[in-house]
Amino acid sequence: MLYWNQSRECMPREEMQKLQSERLKKTVKRVYHNVPFYRAKMQAKGVEPEDIKGIEDLSKLPFTYKQDLRDNYPYGLFAAPLSEIVRIHASSGTTGKKTVVGYTRNDLEKWSEVMARTLVSAGAVKESVIQVAYGYGLFTGGLGAHYGAEKIGASVIPISGGNTKLQLEIMKDFGTTLLACTPSYALYMAEELEESGIKPGELKLKSGVFGAEPWSAAMRDEIERRLGIMAIDIYGLSEVIGPGVATECPCKCGLHVQEDHFIPEIIDPDTEELLPAGSTGELVFSTVTKEGLPLLRYRTRDISSLDYEKCDCGRTLVRMSKVTGRTDDMLIIRGVNVFPSQIESVLLELGETAPHYLIIVDRIGKMDALEIWVEMTQTLFSDEVKKIEDMERLIRKRVEETLGISVKVKLVEPKSIQRSEGKAKRVIDKRKL
Amino acid sequence: MFIKQISVFLENKSGRLAEVTSILGGSNIDISALSIADTTDFGILRLIVNKPEEAEEVLRKNGFTMSITNVLAIGVKDEPGGLAKALKVLDGANTEIEYMYAFVSKKDDEALVILKTGQPDRAEEILKANGINVLSSDQVYKL
Repeated sequence: MLYWNQSRECMPREEMQKLQSERLKKTVKRVYHNVPFYRAKMQAKGVEPEDIKGIEDLSKLPFTYKQDLRDNYPYGLFAAPLSEIVRIHASSGTTGKKTVVGYTRNDLEKWSEVMARTLVSAGAVKESVIQVAYGYGLFTGGLGAHYGAEKIGASVIPISGGNTKLQLEIMKDFGTTLLACTPSYALYMAEELEESGIKPGELKLKSGVFGAEPWSAAMRDEIERRLGIMAIDIYGLSEVIGPGVATECPCKCGLHVQEDHFIPEIIDPDTEELLPAGSTGELVFSTVTKEGLPLLRYRTRDISSLDYEKCDCGRTLVRMSKVTGRTDDMLIIRGVNVFPSQIESVLLELGETAPHYLIIVDRIGKMDALEIWVEMTQTLFSDEVKKIEDMERLIRKRVEETLGISVKVKLVEPKSIQRSEGKAKRVIDKRKL
Repeated sequence: MFIKQISVFLENKSGRLAEVTSILGGSNIDISALSIADTTDFGILRLIVNKPEEAEEVLRKNGFTMSITNVLAIGVKDEPGGLAKALKVLDGANTEIEYMYAFVSKKDDEALVILKTGQPDRAEEILKANGINVLSSDQVYKL
């Protein structure tokens, strides 16, 4: 099976634009009438739904920022009543408040559709055994992959993340053919596999879809070599739908955006001007089929570019280049979004530490590690080791509660963290991606 | 009659100890006792000096995080069991010692020990009542 939905994935550009235009008009009407936030934003710009006649008018529409989701926490941007919302997911926000997303039954159907396309482009068929080692829960990774796999009719193993020994045992005994997880976890599994004595030849694993964090070409090579599989990069964010927004095909020359559902644009993040095709800039998505939480021109902060050339795989879907960075300071650590400001607010809440801190991200072995250096202050100091260590533990506990991942806290001497005149340098990312 | 101990926060990195001691030396401050409590990441340098207020001022000026803690200095017989006798007294009165360390020099036939307890008043009273020599700050700073 080459495609899940050939008519859409290989649709001629003109037809695609027609479809997108129709859907965009419907979505604009929907948010204008159902979401006070969008009505106010459009009115402020002097745009009425009738002014949007097709995708050529996209740039007349206002942008949506992550902050808008936060300001309207939790359900303020929903375009459907809760009676129609059947699923709620959430991801971490910049102040510890989560970004909440809601799906109607139709949204779940669309999500399954785009994930089915994603998995099929990674080689999945009805007979596949798909091991979903993304986390299940508020995070969209696990359930997103799960529903897509079920839609194909593949056999899904909903093992979720963690317990690597069991993952490998099941992978071997259940004959897993496709693995879905974060790339760092895939590498970690490869390492454990070598230790476990199971030979890659004993596995039936053929491919993997890896996403939810940035990874490099070198990392892909390593995963492919060590697991003996084809590794496919997938892209998604919960605000837009979750995993399934875009995926690589076996050509591995960019990620095909499921643009009959999500229209991508590239803008200059500073001037907010639309950039011509092929330019590198910030990726912006407008969802055009979602009912629960349709978003107009959502600023992803991810840096990419778009290529409209037809791909060798036959798909005409536009390809976005692998995300190379972000326009804000968000870090993705073990698949979890981390903002330095979250750590800052914990330190301020504790009230005992000056907000001079440094976040050091490293990849130890195959796993991301987060270390936070906090400057010692007069009020924090005690002449007893135990009291200082208690304080370190308390900071660690609060940060871990806020971020949802384990961290190491180190107290350092005052003024030892470099001061800067302009924007403070809060993060040292030592990971080689 | 407590002794003022200077406690300084130090990261575990080379040269920090030398820096503190040379700052004090440069200000003509004499160190008579010291101890270091350390973990893998940081250490606490505890000092008894002849001019604690001046030491505090000069260290703060140089950006160190520090505090002044009241501790007791006692003189115990420099013979087997000498220290044990003093500690038994405190233990018998349920007074816990948070930490202790010995002086570099000694006084006549006595060994000098610094004690930090949660209840320094009570500890001093008990020690004195049991005939243990508790040194005055004047005596200590002159050492």
